[in-house]
Amino acid sequence: MNASASLRNRLNTTVRDIPRSGIRDFFDIVSTMKDVISLGIGEPDFDTPWHVRESTVFALERGATHYTSNYGYLELRRALSRYVQKVFGAEYNPEDEILITVGVSEALDLALRALLNPGDEVLYHEPCYVSYRATILFAQGVPVPIETRPENGFRLTRQMLEAKATPRTKVLMLNFPNNPTGAIMSRADLEDIAAFARDRDLLVVTDEIYGELTYDRPHTSIVSLPGLRDRTIFLHGFSKAWAMTGFRLGYACGPADLIEAMMKIHQYTMLCASSLSQKAAVEALARPESDVAEMVNEYRRRRNFLVGAFRDLGIECHQPLGAFYAFPSVSRFGVSSRDFALKLLREERVAVVPGTAFGECGEGFVRCAYATNLENIKEAVKRIQRFIAKPLKD
Amino acid sequence: MDELLKLLQTNALESAENLGRMLGLPAAEVSARIADYEKKGVIRGYQAILNEDQLGLDKVTAVIEVKVTPQREGGFDTIAQRISRFPEVSSAYLMSGTYDLLLFVEGRTLREVASFVSERLSPLEGVLSTSTHFMLKTYKRLGVLMQKEPADERLSVSP
Repeated sequence: MNASASLRNRLNTTVRDIPRSGIRDFFDIVSTMKDVISLGIGEPDFDTPWHVRESTVFALERGATHYTSNYGYLELRRALSRYVQKVFGAEYNPEDEILITVGVSEALDLALRALLNPGDEVLYHEPCYVSYRATILFAQGVPVPIETRPENGFRLTRQMLEAKATPRTKVLMLNFPNNPTGAIMSRADLEDIAAFARDRDLLVVTDEIYGELTYDRPHTSIVSLPGLRDRTIFLHGFSKAWAMTGFRLGYACGPADLIEAMMKIHQYTMLCASSLSQKAAVEALARPESDVAEMVNEYRRRRNFLVGAFRDLGIECHQPLGAFYAFPSVSRFGVSSRDFALKLLREERVAVVPGTAFGECGEGFVRCAYATNLENIKEAVKRIQRFIAKPLKD
Repeated sequence: MDELLKLLQTNALESAENLGRMLGLPAAEVSARIADYEKKGVIRGYQAILNEDQLGLDKVTAVIEVKVTPQREGGFDTIAQRISRFPEVSSAYLMSGTYDLLLFVEGRTLREVASFVSERLSPLEGVLSTSTHFMLKTYKRLGVLMQKEPADERLSVSP
């Protein structure tokens, strides 16, 4: 046995057996190439609003460089309490029902670790964000994916949940607006899901990071439905709506007992989220409407352009209603998503993410982010048009 | 404001086809609406936004605050329109506050602008006083930063 294999055998088996993110592999290939137009970026191309950046510099000058409360600055939690009440329709006490985290990724990890005992099953819908399965496994849970389909607008139904629920099901995870499909759920859709959670007495973890980014109708949060607030951990952050990905700032809202449990893990592993990022977030919340509204308008125009162009090219694409991703079907080209994406990258230097990075049922699709400027989108469409004009199968 | 006008303000060269795609309208309707805006005078023209500092032109721009006497008939409009007709004046606004008109005046040299002020502007009937400021450097014009932003610093693929 060589030295490397011996070390690998000594790793925690869960960690060892989880593959690296498919996105990471793809990034490694893309980063060796030049002149690539990327539709593979899962973050806004907008700059963080200037008033937010400027006030971060001011906070640094003023010396906001120390530890904060484990829960986060109370000033920020108070502002969040008002914001979440206004936009998502649920009330949380800033004293003990809101926890500031290092992005939603940390919040999700904390929530699952706080809730799961080994062997507890977690229902979640695929295609989904790349980390869900791994995060459930790290928390010693059992991931139970539910396939969503374009015929149904990639929405989740009670029927689909019932088919996979067992007596060991403990948590239901939701992510709408969805990465990578752009799907959203109407109030009526959510009411069925909420009834299911109540009937089965499940806990719900809802990742609503794209909650502000819907284009044709407003977002409804499951926490606003009767009886759901008290069984749900609501996760949100500043990355998408305020283009603050690098600030790494998220938050969790929920019943005090659950938030306290999450806080204990956070306290011993992270201590607190960055003080400067928290100050930036306070400023972001000072005037959220104007910043977000203009970005939403711009995303809507780009979505219309990209999805319209795909349809003109004869590429099937369900209408994304939120987030900033289109998830067109490439199955008619007779190659796997991964081969399609690799070939498109090599031949035309356009980066898209194979659907399989978001779960097995993503086969046959690619994710195209329209969080890039219109000139890039136009050029990408031109290249894709040229690419599909030739037969793809060798 | 109409989304179409907002898009044209960002890029007036965008094709009707692309504008239509973004707005969910047929290209022909976009063209028709643009023609209508032009006819009504809502769209007054199309211009390139230049970074003139980069061109090293022989050109100076002054901002001039002007106090005037409003006329019995026509108020400020008569005198403001009379002043606006000088080709040297590139923009003119009626202001609240301690002066009445704000002018942007362009000339080849400081002397040329100075003589416009002393020989053309100040002697006009109704002009009480002027205060002239010369521009030194342009940082932002019409919403566009003159300094090129650094390239996209995002990772080329991310979750």
